[in-house]
Amino acid sequence: MTGKARSHIVQDEPLVFEISAPGKRGCQLPPLDVPAVDAAEVLGAANVRREIEGFPELSEVEVVRHFTRLSTWNYAIDLGMYPLGSCTMKYNPRANEAAASVEGLLWAHPYQPEETVQGCLEIMARLERALAEITGMDAVSLQPAAGAHGELSGILLIRALLASRGNPRRKILIPDSAHGTNPATAAIAGYEVENIRSNERGMIDIEAFPSLVTEDVAALMITNPNTLGVFEVNIARIAEILHSKGALLYMDGANMNALVGITRPGDAGVDVLHLNLHKTFSTPHGGGGPGSGPVAVKKELEPFLPKPRLKQVNGQWRWDYDRPQSIGRVRAFYGNFGVLVRALAYIMACGPEGLRAATVDAVLNSNYVRKKLEPYYDLPHKEPSMHECVFSDRRQARHGVRTMDIAKRLIDYGFHPYTVAFPLIVPGALMIEPTESESLRELDLFIEAMIAIAREAEENPELVRTAPHTTRTSRVDEVTAARKPILRWRPER
Amino acid sequence: MRFLPKSDAERRQMLEALGLESVEELFAQIPPELRLGRPLALEPGRSEFEVLEFMRACGRQNKTGLPCFLGAGAYYHYRPVVVETLASRGEFLTAYTPYQAEISQGLLTAIFEFQTMICQLTGMDVANASMYDGSTAMAEAALMARRITGREHVVVAASVHPEYREVLRTYAHNQAIRIREAPYDPESGAVNVRAAASLLDDNTAALIIQSPNFFGVVEPLGELAEAAHAAGALLIHAFSEAVSLGLLAPCEQADIVAGELQSFALPPSYGGPYAGVIATREKFVRQLPGRLVGQTTDTRGNRAFCLTLATREQHIRREKATSNICTNQALVALMATIFMTAYGKQGLRELAEQNLAKAHYLAARLPLRFRGPFFNEFVVRCEAQPPEAINRALAGRNIIGGLPLGRFYPELSDCMLLCVTEMIRREDMDRVAEVFQPGGAA
Ligand SMILES: Cc1ncc(COP(=O)(O)O)c(C=O)c1O
Repeated sequence: MTGKARSHIVQDEPLVFEISAPGKRGCQLPPLDVPAVDAAEVLGAANVRREIEGFPELSEVEVVRHFTRLSTWNYAIDLGMYPLGSCTMKYNPRANEAAASVEGLLWAHPYQPEETVQGCLEIMARLERALAEITGMDAVSLQPAAGAHGELSGILLIRALLASRGNPRRKILIPDSAHGTNPATAAIAGYEVENIRSNERGMIDIEAFPSLVTEDVAALMITNPNTLGVFEVNIARIAEILHSKGALLYMDGANMNALVGITRPGDAGVDVLHLNLHKTFSTPHGGGGPGSGPVAVKKELEPFLPKPRLKQVNGQWRWDYDRPQSIGRVRAFYGNFGVLVRALAYIMACGPEGLRAATVDAVLNSNYVRKKLEPYYDLPHKEPSMHECVFSDRRQARHGVRTMDIAKRLIDYGFHPYTVAFPLIVPGALMIEPTESESLRELDLFIEAMIAIAREAEENPELVRTAPHTTRTSRVDEVTAARKPILRWRPER
Repeated sequence: MRFLPKSDAERRQMLEALGLESVEELFAQIPPELRLGRPLALEPGRSEFEVLEFMRACGRQNKTGLPCFLGAGAYYHYRPVVVETLASRGEFLTAYTPYQAEISQGLLTAIFEFQTMICQLTGMDVANASMYDGSTAMAEAALMARRITGREHVVVAASVHPEYREVLRTYAHNQAIRIREAPYDPESGAVNVRAAASLLDDNTAALIIQSPNFFGVVEPLGELAEAAHAAGALLIHAFSEAVSLGLLAPCEQADIVAGELQSFALPPSYGGPYAGVIATREKFVRQLPGRLVGQTTDTRGNRAFCLTLATREQHIRREKATSNICTNQALVALMATIFMTAYGKQGLRELAEQNLAKAHYLAARLPLRFRGPFFNEFVVRCEAQPPEAINRALAGRNIIGGLPLGRFYPELSDCMLLCVTEMIRREDMDRVAEVFQPGGAA
């Protein structure tokens, strides 16, 4: 078998609860230097808990082995290519971890007087400026904690602006290719969602579009490049149409890594956009967060940004809470600061040339993969690809092999799967985003693996359908998990 | 560029395979008038050494490393070294959300343990795999209560963290949810149960109580739950100081628990990243927002874990999802899991007891504003001088003082909130007590 993987021994490990024994401990506190108090006396006996039933009791070495063993059951970017489309799994420079662990940053308390945290505020101010320049927008809030949170902030901003003009309107238009967070966000922000159909090129039908923008429409949420990896060539025209009808253009900037240094959404007429620092700006995804989803706006929306805002007074940074038009807070404190440090470290390390070079390599890699796989997999949309390419499983489906099976088989070849079955407008989608972080060698191994699987799908479909075969855990029964949910451990009776 | 693994020759080779002359052709579909015809106006790229020098210089501009008496939703606790060592393993740090269960069992197993430990601590049946922070967890808990009860409005205690209440307002504003605030009792610092009960009506979805509350006071959750249930509303128990769970009895009648786990995971980090969590009763699980890990088996019959009940979530339900949350705070939840395991059953209790003892040591030497029982935070009256003057005097002694409360509660503008954790030494508390003496701030 080709590929970059061979199997080796993996340690087994029970749950922490199953290896606990009464009286063991993994941590010791210094002696108490004040008199002990009787909890029942000062809190009232009813307020004091009994022991925490079932809570773990392990020694330090067992804690280390437990989580180290668990870690070896995970795939990660540090191990190899992770071509999850839309997720932008690029290399996470370790220096950024060191930056975020600088003691003077890590131990700063959010309620310290501002004159004692000028270093933190300087980092945030620089990042705001850099992101505004990169996106071509006028102002940035770093408060939102992830992409979807940035979306919510952005739609609330639009609502607030329109309300200040007299009518917040009722509807948000969302293309059927959009990520699920877009419609979910619009609903939470109190809007009705009107899904609009993409045309056969996977884009917004510019001829039909004006008739969709009625008096009820507050905004269009567009993803650019869209989830097919295709640049919406009419974006500027779309913005004009919306503006002429008093509506706004929201851009989901999850795919900004295809544009940095090449084109700026702000210059195309976008009014609000969010970024995913945990995608474009290389902060580690951590198995599902923490991320950061800054929201960037044009000038007329600035008064509505979440509060507080940074401002400079006599050469010192201050928080400005006096923001009467603000949508309010979207979370406590100021944002996922540690993630912001990492993103700024990345931007500083790359500089303008490095950022642009990363964009170029990301687009080059995706086009290379597309070109090499086109003979073997169905490519439903032929528009030029940006940072990702989307195939369908149509050819393999004839042999009963679906996109999920191909994805699982990739695991045997030593790769993380691509994104499966998204975007929804491509039945059986294989959404591949190599990112700029892959060497030619790693790309060629991936291509080789994909070609081998295409062959297997014809010659031995069962092999693919039952993959993975070499992992510690074979195919997982997700149906039973949902039908009879077991969501916590309980002791056996 | 050191992050990019290709030589120029390799790039040319790839372009050739694509039949292109230059990389610019890769962007041919972008209309020329939209292309940025200049380099971004950013400083030139720098070496790792220079970037870290800059960050260290920023760190030095901050005043940290001093005894600090701030709490109010962000706490200084000792974090065993293994938390960072293990959580920063690349296999955890550089993985995505565990959609592909077969190669994500490490994180899935840890999150299953996390969900279990949160249930053990809170007395609930299920817990989700994290929310952005305590404030958004509380706001989402309110939306959840609305879906469960079909009722429109919520009552929130005025003793809930002011920023959590602000976030609740932001989330509620556009859903036509009315928020009413239940006053705190000026003597005890706890919610006035009767006043809270009088605000509940047949359109109230939930009563939201933080305990220990923003003033550090332990609320009468049992009585408040009875009042809520008598009106057909749910009780949401919010918390911002997770260490209190090591000592305080969970509220058996609570319907939803929503809290902040920063204390178990990370230093204050200037406000984030932290991790929120929502726990609830089994019967409400379909209304829970966020990711859930469930136990199942693989085709060989081995125990395995996977993300489950996804039909609640945005990628399946889109505009009908329980929430728009996608990326959460998984790594921080992992840190909390390691922290809870390392401290363990006895250690967590001792940690909580040390906090209690130390806070009561200092509180006994200061004029307390409220009489209610408290955990590791309390409000003191600044009799001789305003809170800001006391903090300035403390700063002169290299101590970071408490949080002046006037900004959030004008009626408490002569008060400050102090927090004492196990990280504070007795000598430093004695120095704080001195400053509070008449003439002590001079
Ligand atoms: C196109 C797109 N939009 C929005 C999101 C949501 O971002 P986050 O997961 O940070 O909330 C994602 C991430 O999965 C995405 O791919």
